[in-house]
Amino acid sequence: MKKVLYLILISYFAVFSADAKVIKVGKTRSVAFIQRAVDLSQNGDTILVDPGLYKEKNIIIQKSITLKGINYPVLDGENKYAIISIKAKNATVEGFKLQHTGRSEIKDLGAIMIYDSYKVSALNNILEDTNFGIYVQNSKRCTIEDNSITAYGKDEVQSGNGIHCWRSDSLIIIGNKIKGHRDGLYFEFVKNSLIWRNVSAQNVRYGIHFMFSNRNTYVGNIFERNEAGVAVMYSNNIHMYNNHFLNNWGDAAYGILLKDITDSDISGNHFTKNTVALHMEGCSRIKLYKNIFNNNGWAVKIQASCDKNDFNRNNFIGNTFDIGTNGSLVLNTFTGNYWDKYEGYDLFKDNIGDVPFHPVSMYSMIIDSNPAALMLFRSLIVSLLDKTEKILPGVTPENLRDNKPVMRPISL
Amino acid sequence: MKKILKYVIVDIIQNKIVLIYTFLLLLISLSVFNLESNAAKGLLSLLNIILILVPLISIIFSTIYIYNSSEFIELLVSQPVKRKSIWLSLFGGLAASLSLAFFIGAGIPILLYHADATGITMILTGLFLTVIFVSIAMLAAGITRDKAKGIGLSILLWLYFSLIFDALVLFFLFQFQDYPLERAMVFFSFLNPIDLGRVQILLQMDISALMGYTGAIFREFFGNQVGVVLSFFGLFIWIAIPLFISLKKFSKKDL
Repeated sequence: MKKVLYLILISYFAVFSADAKVIKVGKTRSVAFIQRAVDLSQNGDTILVDPGLYKEKNIIIQKSITLKGINYPVLDGENKYAIISIKAKNATVEGFKLQHTGRSEIKDLGAIMIYDSYKVSALNNILEDTNFGIYVQNSKRCTIEDNSITAYGKDEVQSGNGIHCWRSDSLIIIGNKIKGHRDGLYFEFVKNSLIWRNVSAQNVRYGIHFMFSNRNTYVGNIFERNEAGVAVMYSNNIHMYNNHFLNNWGDAAYGILLKDITDSDISGNHFTKNTVALHMEGCSRIKLYKNIFNNNGWAVKIQASCDKNDFNRNNFIGNTFDIGTNGSLVLNTFTGNYWDKYEGYDLFKDNIGDVPFHPVSMYSMIIDSNPAALMLFRSLIVSLLDKTEKILPGVTPENLRDNKPVMRPISL
Repeated sequence: MKKILKYVIVDIIQNKIVLIYTFLLLLISLSVFNLESNAAKGLLSLLNIILILVPLISIIFSTIYIYNSSEFIELLVSQPVKRKSIWLSLFGGLAASLSLAFFIGAGIPILLYHADATGITMILTGLFLTVIFVSIAMLAAGITRDKAKGIGLSILLWLYFSLIFDALVLFFLFQFQDYPLERAMVFFSFLNPIDLGRVQILLQMDISALMGYTGAIFREFFGNQVGVVLSFFGLFIWIAIPLFISLKKFSKKDL
């Protein structure tokens, strides 16, 4: 035991006695430019930057240093340049305000660009009016935490993504607030990453958008009022827990759109007031349990191309339509969910309804093929048609049913 | 005119059927709000009642009342009173008393349990539908002298507005589903007061589904101030035109 302690002590001194310098940058100090300080520094140094406005074009960091701002010094890209580019191991950028990056048709310009790096962190920065916010490419084990990223994008073509990650591994993205970009979070070929407690709102396109990104975990994020909601595609082993998908309205807006997602877990999520809360296309073997679908236009739209998905113990409350589908083939299972439209009875008093529930209403299928028919929604003729269909299913898939609907909302 | 109006209102309010109607509405609304787990769902159940029951009672009661008071009308016509004021006070009396019945029966429970924009739209729509169907009843009663024919006609009219018209629209929709029909649908909804009222209420209620799917046209039209004003104007026209025609008929009618 003593030996171990001794070893720890020695290694502690070994690390900190190595000449880790602190270089201070400021208008009144000997080093006035951040790039100059970076050039002077060695691995392990810390650069402290005084408050003020710095216009340094593109600051390039290729050493293991910590760049730290005191009271959010402002780094300005003058609408022409990227602001900080990092290509290093163990580098940190912390506490800056980065604003006005350039925009380019040829290159992706962003506030913090991380290339081919290992263990780089971007912590607690404020980004304003950026093209791309934080851009991670071909890197591993990077941390992006507590940044506030705001842009004022008007259309999809002109703006970049809030946090853009490409071909990376084991990223940790926590507690960022992203607003007004094209996609709030964008991942392509990103693996084994954790996305936790981020807020992605009012983006021009998607709150989060990922493709070919396997084995990632999304926990406790909030996606709100994005123009097209959330869209995720071509990935497997996705874990989504306790996220909120709120207020995504519009004819092409989804709480979340899953396309070709397989072997995944979606649980404990709240879907509230979306036009289509959950849209599934070509998905297989997804377990959806303990989610809450509340006040959506469609709670779930599941295309006939999906198979072996399991809906279990979800609450469907106050949705206009619970399930919509586009064919009669049903390869998915629905068991033990709570449906507020269920009109059956429970003679055994075991909280399980004695007759199956068919969550697809005929009219939702009519509207699916003929949207203008929405005008007649909730009229007498439609109610009559729906009731007849409930008794003698002809149009709606007979097999799409919950055999064990629960009588009371599941407390989640 | 005031005297006749007053007399008609007092007469109808004392009528047992109107009392039962009020009481029934009150019972249904209260039980709907108390039985359903949340008030929004209660409102939805009430929507169906308002869209079906209110027009039915209004049109049939009014038709029967007009036929039953034919002797009273004949008596009045023999007095130095204008025919126009007789007919209008009859209409006014029916509309006022049935609206009052609706307001007490359904309006007050809605205000108690769900006093927001949706609830208020619903009360307004219900009141409008009451008056519109009184007006249509006046027309039906004005057209024929025969009581049975008149009541039959008013039942047929109710059936048309609450069921047949929608069925025809649905048929039309499927025949022409390859064409963009949203604009046509907005036009069609003006041809039926029940549809117009329903769309108004739905826009307050199922807003996310409506807004999303049919694209911008519904939302553009009914979602903004101009649309709301226009559709209430449409409801107003539905009161005015049948009443006007029936007035023309009555003033020339051989009693």
